[in-house]
Parts: sequence; structure tokens; C-alpha cells
Amino acid sequence: MSNQVHPKDKEILPGLQIEKVDDRIMTLNVGPQHPGSGHMRIILKIDGDYIVHTDPDPGYVHRGEEKMAEYRNYITNIPHLERPVIHDSCNILYPYCLGVEELLGLEVPERAKYLRVIAAELNRCVYIEYWLAIYGIFLGHSTMFMWPMGDRELCIDLLDKMTGARVTHAYFVPGGVRNDIPPNFEDVCLRQINYFEKRLKEYADIFYDNPILISRTKDTGILSREDAIKLGTTGSVLRASGVDFDIRKKEPYDVYEELDFQTNVLKEGDSYARSKIPWLDMFESCRIIRDALKKMPKSGSVRVKLKPKPKGGDTEVYRRVESGRGSLGMHIVSRGLPQPYRLKISVPSFRNLIAMPHLLTGEKLGNMPAVYWSLNYWPVEADR
Amino acid sequence: MSSTDSTEIAKTDDSSLASDLDKSLSDSISKKFSNVEIAYVKPDRIRVNVKKEEIIDVASFIRDELNFDHAESVSGVDYPEDKQIEVVYHLGSYTDASLDKKILALATRTPREDNPRPGNDSTKLPSLRDVFPSVSFHERECFEMLGVYFVGHPDNRRLLLPEDWADIPPLRKDFRIKGR
Amino acid sequence: MVDDLVISKQSKGLTIIDQVNSHNANVFIGKLGDILFKAVDKPLGMALNWGRLWSLWPVHIETACCSVEFGAASGPRYDVERFGIIEAFGSLRQCDLVVVQGTITRKMAPRLRLVYDQMPEPKYVIAMGACAITGGLYFDSYNVLPGIDGILPVDVYVPGCPPRPETLIQGCMLLQEKIKRMKPR
Repeated sequence: MSNQVHPKDKEILPGLQIEKVDDRIMTLNVGPQHPGSGHMRIILKIDGDYIVHTDPDPGYVHRGEEKMAEYRNYITNIPHLERPVIHDSCNILYPYCLGVEELLGLEVPERAKYLRVIAAELNRCVYIEYWLAIYGIFLGHSTMFMWPMGDRELCIDLLDKMTGARVTHAYFVPGGVRNDIPPNFEDVCLRQINYFEKRLKEYADIFYDNPILISRTKDTGILSREDAIKLGTTGSVLRASGVDFDIRKKEPYDVYEELDFQTNVLKEGDSYARSKIPWLDMFESCRIIRDALKKMPKSGSVRVKLKPKPKGGDTEVYRRVESGRGSLGMHIVSRGLPQPYRLKISVPSFRNLIAMPHLLTGEKLGNMPAVYWSLNYWPVEADR
Repeated sequence: MSSTDSTEIAKTDDSSLASDLDKSLSDSISKKFSNVEIAYVKPDRIRVNVKKEEIIDVASFIRDELNFDHAESVSGVDYPEDKQIEVVYHLGSYTDASLDKKILALATRTPREDNPRPGNDSTKLPSLRDVFPSVSFHERECFEMLGVYFVGHPDNRRLLLPEDWADIPPLRKDFRIKGR
Repeated sequence: MVDDLVISKQSKGLTIIDQVNSHNANVFIGKLGDILFKAVDKPLGMALNWGRLWSLWPVHIETACCSVEFGAASGPRYDVERFGIIEAFGSLRQCDLVVVQGTITRKMAPRLRLVYDQMPEPKYVIAMGACAITGGLYFDSYNVLPGIDGILPVDVYVPGCPPRPETLIQGCMLLQEKIKRMKPR
């Protein structure tokens, strides 16, 4: 009775319906101006201390990327397509470039494939460090904000050397990468990655073995294996629930097949496991970078020449990669034009958003930030 | 959705590269449902075009017999010259190790109207939410972006657009960006 | 107050006080206030501005992707706190700075204005990133405002897409210069 829509208000626009108020249930708007929400609003109904209903309200950064892509050709689409996740920009351009290469029938030079892997893994570290910093500040752990924010700059420096920009690299282009790396990059990269890995190990002492963190995140927001599969979650959320699924292993793209790494899987499915998986992923990223630097051809071209305004055939492609948050797919429908006829970006954040009402309902209100941010969710990406 | 349709995605020559598993998957669908059209079989990518009356049956078959258990994305494509809107479900599998690479695109079409009134016109499709719970937010997005109403979806509300959006759904082709 | 004035008239001779009666007492006291205000205005105002200058509290509203670089600016390498820009804060009742971090969509715009209206005076606005200035890369998007000038009075524009943290810090310092020169409110 309490949450029924008033019959008179049914004609009002969706999202603006006025609901009858119950004395016991309180409606709480978390966001968009709130330190525990990010760029979105979560409409919570709470009964005492417990959340009884969750309604995520994204769309505050919906910028119409998919519509804009229909007006730009395959090359000029690059800069705005990386904006949804500017701190993971290589990985969001990766499926786009793979898809366009499949459309245009391009063969990427061997050295460019390795450079792509190195850039993508560095960018994954940048993303996860930022995510971890915000996770720390969400839980009131200020040191965990400062440490990853500082260590993140190491990877940003490397990417800066490689691509010439701090966060928005636009490094990947259909047919390779934009430019070759500077001379002594390998040595600098190896040195910084070794130091970075040493720093990562110290996070265990301050954060992951911290009894306060453990008591706040253990056994909160448990996502069972069946639910994780049924809801179609992806990335760290899925792997924390015991499903071994990593696109880099399952559907290897570029040179991931030849590189030595493993995927991290935990069985618990709670917020603690979900917060730990990305941290473990960073060690694997370091391993991949070291391996790729060793196996990379020392010289060669990094980009194939493209005709101006290349046209795709009358077909469609769907390519996906493992980004910092999970499987990121691009569905490109081409109809023989220089522009894509339709470009759908299937983002992991949007897929993990489905799990949020499922996890938050029944939790205590105080656990909301811990559960919410452990979903590895970046609102700008979900809104596109 | 006849094969003479000019906008039909052309069959490519990649089918020779497709593995036996791809072919057996597409054969099992076409054997079970006679009206279903296999648009292409590329390596690891299969596309199946179905009529909207059949889509729930085909989706249930794909889930129960072929072990595809979740939807990766739901993309709506507008074809104004056919007066149709196409909705493509990209289905994947987490549980079956042999299907890790495979993406099955399940496509269906619905008539489109020139003056859309989302939810109150003939642009409707049966919702696959009961078959694949993972499509629930994707279908909400498709509803507001293309005006395809999903019958049976309990939550056909607005998701990303502003609450006061009164224009036609933005991903339709007749919605033009100003100055372009 | 008026009674006091009457007493002073009786005890002393004819002064300026004699001209004050119950009808014009308010005017007199108002003038006195003006004189006092003018006497302490300049030093006090400078002190007030000096105080505001080194404790700018930005409100915690992220609007788009520039928040990544805003976060980096609060991080240990760039450390904007040494210039008095404190890390983004939750309660907007205690804030006096809005850093508009990027694109403003049509859904966010009323919320941003609401946040600005709820903040106490004085308040300052920094438009960070190309999108907040002109719409930037999203100039032709259907859901993005072409700059925030239409909804907020902007003090400092920080260009870039996104601006590097150094650029943001320079923008903050420009704002501090501006506050220094401002008439105290």
C-alpha cells in the first residue's frame, strides 16, 4: 500500500510520479551532490537503518556519444569516444579500433600490437588506482586516497612519455598506434613498473589487512555465483563471485595469447572480494608489461596507412575487450558510409549497474558506499 | 524481414572460416524453428533474425538448450526507409566453456511510426526480461533512446535522458542534431 | 537609546546631540554606523578577503570526466591544499567555491544551479575544462549545454580537455588574485 503510485499521478511523465508517503519508510536521495555517490543519484527507501528499495538514477552525464558517432567518420570519432572513461581511455578505444580494423580489413603491425598491450595495461593500472583511491575516501580512509593517487602518477608519467598526454591519449587508431615510443622508454618503464609493484605490495598492510576495512566490507553485499551470471555482470564483480571469465584469456585479442599472466578469481562474492580483485589485477598488469617489453620487436612500423575517410562494407561487427571494469564491447553497424550507421557502446559499468538494486536492498545504509563503489562503477561511462 | 530487403545485412564470405561448433549452433536453431533466418555465421559470431512473435520461444531455446546465459548488450538500430526498428540482443555464455568466445546476436524488428508516441504506438516488442534478467536496464535504455516499448517489462521508465525530455527519441534517424 | 540622548542634553550644553529627537534618532544612528563602517571597512575587509583567500572550500559536485583531474590535483603530487584549496567537501552549506568539472548536461544543469543557490555568500565559480566553457567536444550533442555562463556567474575559466592539474592550480591562484582585488562583501 505504501509504495503504490497515486492513480491521479499516472499521467505524469515517468520519473516524476508522486508517491504516497508512509510514516515508517523514508526516501533518501543520495546524490548527485554527495561525496558518496559520484555523478549519479541513488534513490533509497529506508526503514530504520535498512534499505528496503533501491532505484539508481543515472544519466547526469549522458552526452549522446552514440548519436555523435553517427555524424563523424571513423577517424574523427576517436577523441570523443575516449571521453566516457578518460582514465581508461586506451581500453575504451581498443574495441572500437579492433572493430574498425575488422570492417576495413586492416592488418596491424606486430610492434603496434605490443605497444597497444603495454598502453592498455598501463591504463588499466591508472584506472584501478583512481578507483581504489576513491574507494579509500568513500570508506573514510584518507591515506588510501593519497597513496594510490601518488602511485598513479608513475603510470601516468609513462603514458605521458608514450603518448604525449596525461589522461586523454587518443593513442589507438584503426591500423595501429599513433606514434612510436621514445628511445630509452623500455628501461624507464621497467624501472618504474618494478617500483610500482613494490608499492602495490604495501597496500596490503595499510588497506587490505586493515581490521576496520575487513569489518566494513566482509559479508556485505554478497553476490552469489548464480546471480552474477544471471544478472550479466562482468569484470571484477563477476570474478569476485567465482566465475573465471576474462576476455584476455577467453577471447584473446592482439597478442594477449602469447603473454604470460593469469586471471584472479575469488569465491566470496562480497564487497571485500570485489575490492581485492582489481588490486590483484594490477600485479598481473605489471607482469604483462614486463613480458611484452621483452617480447616486443625492437623496430618496425607502428601504423598502417589509411585512405582519407575510409568506408566500411555493408556489414556489422561486435568486438569486445577486457577493460579495467570488465568486458567492453562495441557494436558497429556499417552501411558503406565513412561514418558508422550505428555505434553501440556496451559498457561494463552499465552492466554492473543492474546488480546495484539487487545488492543494496536489504543492506544497512552505512554499508551503501562500500557496496556501491565495490561494483567497479564509473558513472560517466554508464551514461555515455 | 524478407531476404530481398535492401537493408538486410549482407551475408559475408567468412562462413568458410567458422568452426564446426558455430555451424552446429546455427543448425540447431534453424532445425528447431523453420521461420528463423540465420543472417551470417562468422568465426565466433552468429546472427539470427527472428520475427517478434517468436522471439521469446527462440530466446528460451537458446538459453535452455544452447547454454547462452546472459545478454551483453541490447542495441536498437533505426531503419527509416523500411519503416522498421531493429533490436539486436548480443548473448554470451559464462557457464559453458566451449562458448566463451561466441556471441550470438538475436535480432528482431518492429514497425516504426513517423510521429512516435513512445509507449502508445505500434512500436512494441515482447520483453526478454523473464528469459534473460540481464537485459532489464538495456531495454529501458532502448525504450527511451528509440521509443521501442517492451511489453511485459515492469519498469519501462526513463533512465538516462532528462525528466522533461519532450522531443522524439534521440537515436532515431529523423532526430537531427542542430547544425549537422 | 533615545532616553540616553535626552539625559545627555540635560547635563551638557548644546551639542550635535541636541538636534537629535525621537523622530530622527534612527537616521543619526544609521549615520554613526556609516562612519564606523568607513573607519574599519578597509582594514577589516582586507582581513576578511585574506581569510577567504586561503581557505576556499570547493563543493563536492562532480559533473563530468574532469573530476579525474580534480582528484589528481588533490592528490599528493600536485597537492592543491598548499594553496588553500581544500579537498572537495560534502556539505555545501560550508562551501564557497564551485569548480564545475566539465560537461553540464540538461539533466545536471538544474541541480548545479540548486547547489549554487544553496551555498552561502560569498561564492565563487571556476569553469574547468572546455565543456564547461563552451560545450567543447560536445558542441553538437543534444543533451549538453554550450557552456555554463547561462546558469552560473563564472569567475575564472580554466581551459583544457581536461586541464592538467597545474592548469587548475593556476586557475585557483587567479581566483585568489581576483578575490584580493575584490570589494569585500
